[in-house]
Amino acid sequence: MALIEHGKLAEDIWHDTDDFADAQALAPMGPIIVDLDTWRRHRDEILALDSPVGLRLQPGQTPDLVASDLHHFDLIALEFAKFTDGRAYSQARLLRERHGFKGKLRAVGDVLRDQLTFMLRCGFDSFQVATDSRAAAILEAVDEFAHWYQLALDRSATIPSLRRAAGATEAAGETGATGVAATWAY
Amino acid sequence: MYRYDEFDHAFVAERVEQFRGQVARRVAGELTEDEFKPLRLMNGLYLQLHAYMLRVAIPYGTLSAKQMRKLAHIARTYDRGYGHFTTRQNIQYNWPRLEDVPAILNELASVEMHAIQTSGNCIRNTTADPLAGVAADEIDDPRVYAEIIRQWSTLHPEFSFLPRKFKIAVTGSPNDRAVTRGHDIGLRMHRDLAGNPGFEVMVGGGQGRTPIMAKTIRNFLPVDHLLSYLEAVLRVYNQLGRRDNIYKARIKILVQSEGTDTFAQMVEAEWQAIKDNALDLPKEERDRIKAYFGPPGYDDLAGDCPELNLALDLSLAANPRFAAWVEANVQDHKQPGYAIATISLKPHGGIPGDASADQMDAVAALSEKFSFGEIRVSYKQNLILPDVPKLGLLALWRALDGLDLATANAGRISDIIACPGLDYCNLANARSIPIAQRISERFTDLAREKDIGEISLNISGCINACAHHHVANIGVLGVNKGGTEYYQVTLGGVADENARVGAIIGPAFDEWQIAGAVEDIVDVYLRQRQTNEKFIETYQRVGPQPFKEKLYGTDRARQAS
Amino acid sequence: MTIIRDKTKSQNSNSQNFTQAVTANRLTDGYVVYLTDRDSWSERIADCQIVDDRSAADDLLQRATDQAADDLVVGPYLFKVATEGGRTIPIGQREILRTTGPSVGTDLNLA
Repeated sequence: MALIEHGKLAEDIWHDTDDFADAQALAPMGPIIVDLDTWRRHRDEILALDSPVGLRLQPGQTPDLVASDLHHFDLIALEFAKFTDGRAYSQARLLRERHGFKGKLRAVGDVLRDQLTFMLRCGFDSFQVATDSRAAAILEAVDEFAHWYQLALDRSATIPSLRRAAGATEAAGETGATGVAATWAY
Repeated sequence: MYRYDEFDHAFVAERVEQFRGQVARRVAGELTEDEFKPLRLMNGLYLQLHAYMLRVAIPYGTLSAKQMRKLAHIARTYDRGYGHFTTRQNIQYNWPRLEDVPAILNELASVEMHAIQTSGNCIRNTTADPLAGVAADEIDDPRVYAEIIRQWSTLHPEFSFLPRKFKIAVTGSPNDRAVTRGHDIGLRMHRDLAGNPGFEVMVGGGQGRTPIMAKTIRNFLPVDHLLSYLEAVLRVYNQLGRRDNIYKARIKILVQSEGTDTFAQMVEAEWQAIKDNALDLPKEERDRIKAYFGPPGYDDLAGDCPELNLALDLSLAANPRFAAWVEANVQDHKQPGYAIATISLKPHGGIPGDASADQMDAVAALSEKFSFGEIRVSYKQNLILPDVPKLGLLALWRALDGLDLATANAGRISDIIACPGLDYCNLANARSIPIAQRISERFTDLAREKDIGEISLNISGCINACAHHHVANIGVLGVNKGGTEYYQVTLGGVADENARVGAIIGPAFDEWQIAGAVEDIVDVYLRQRQTNEKFIETYQRVGPQPFKEKLYGTDRARQAS
Repeated sequence: MTIIRDKTKSQNSNSQNFTQAVTANRLTDGYVVYLTDRDSWSERIADCQIVDDRSAADDLLQRATDQAADDLVVGPYLFKVATEGGRTIPIGQREILRTTGPSVGTDLNLA
């Protein structure tokens, strides 16, 4: 397993488990990630562990299920059971845009190069991939496109916003305006 | 026509380079076929029976002469000299080499075309009324919204790995020429009491093994909210659509299982949470795109119309073959003195929807001479010259006649929609094209075709129903029984604004019986019809029984019913 | 593993229902290819290796699948064949069309 954060290989300090006893044992060694079921059954005990807590959601487990608990999590891991299963993209956007989740959003499971930009644009900022060599290849994907049509969570200027900027620049007889914040996109 | 600006150009160029890299990694063994397949499909590349097939988008069915010449060039240079126009405003090439595809995409990009999202479980090429901008019954030009949807849906961050394919169609007219109810989302333009345009939103249409016509979930959506509402529908579907069974993964199954009202409420709740935010469509952007679709420089011919009509009448009287073509293939235009001409890609005995590279080049030249350099591609797999001065019709017809493109059969029985079928397609169970050829060869008498009148006959080679046999007046579905092809017939389907699914008439026919069965069906209609009644009207009045009796005999028909 | 290299032998046997070969599409151009008895792929069905019992067929397919990535072929699978007068003939409309090409005009004048 390799981890990518901030555009480079990173060390994974999180311990991921589906078992509360494991979580108890692992907590002293660093932050822990538990699944939704473990969280629901041992919520208060996990909070009492005095360790940063992350939550792992399966595809189909909508963030609405834990909306009131989100402030407890420093990290949420969303699972790509298969790279063709795109439910986690909606989960990610809902977490970021609807629920205002500010913690780390980690993609786990079938995380591949050709889906990386979709993930980045839906608000993921942490990527667990199968091998180091795959991780290196994945990073090459980041620069494949300069701009996109839709406003998304990567915060790059959208094509519609650039058009408006270009139009405004033309109208004002100026040149070189860049970085206009997009207020809408399509 | 819409023209790419620097941003569109840069984006499509980057997409080509991305795909070039994906192909290189596949050939180098860095991507497995399982990993590569969804990537190539998202760029329109299938692996079929004999070779790859590349499906190129013709956004909202509009082509310039320059683009058509490029399609011809690609057919000649990278393929076998022809292309196949489909029901969803795409062109398919049947023989490209994988390693040539990036070069083909580069050629397409040079004329502002692409193969982005022409396949795969993503939002597909958005289709529109082929008569957009020229139809007399139009409320507003659907291409403006189809282009807005094209840009919004292109590599959408959230909706590129949906449970299944997702097709959107837009019409700006009350008369539906885009089969909007046969789509995952159909958008039909209306005006509210204040005269503002908006869309009736229909969701959950689709054909395949469970044909369902889309249900209206919102009667009127102001155009400003188009994208936020689409986003709400897609978000509900992306999260809740089934992913465990490919045959139950389309949105139509979700709408059906939740119930239309419940589904509409789910969309409404999601929409309320996101509307009025960043997705709303500002008027200036709509106006920017709209400006591209203004009318061409029509001459003011209104004052000359009596003379023009007289001249046309004289040529019609002098030339019965020309008159037959005008009657079948020419439609009224909203601009006085102009006409809409259908170029039939259905010569009797030919392959429906196929055009040779030479024909494509010739149509490009004719469009420049007669139609402001613009060509449309229709649901019926035909080409259309949308802006022909009436005075040019005779010369146009003569030129088309010399190219084997003047068959006077638009909307007639030999104007058959057919999928590639088992001759090319990896999914097919039976051949479609030879059946279409055999049937059309039985109706070569134009007077007889005219007598039969308006009718639709669609042939699909498998239950995926790419030829839309469910919504044909006469639908033919190829099936496979023990390695042998059989053909099941449905009657009574309708593809227009009153879209409905046809019903199976009885046991299937073999490949040598099916053309005769179609003739029998037509004979029953001709015997049963009342004055001026179309085939579908007669069928709806008399029901299936007379057809069953003719096809299967009185005794068997009684058993079957 | 029973591999019938002598095609006259399979003609005389009664095991035609199990007479099978392996086909795939070539990665680079998608063209139809057949697995030969020398572990290579040929565009000619006449070159295909034919097996006549189930376990041999399973072995053949396994070999093809294992090699598919290295051989740059896609989706190998077994299909039924008959041999008549020394000729290998695929069974079923789909495989006949894969062998002969589309049954409709456009391609035939260009092939």
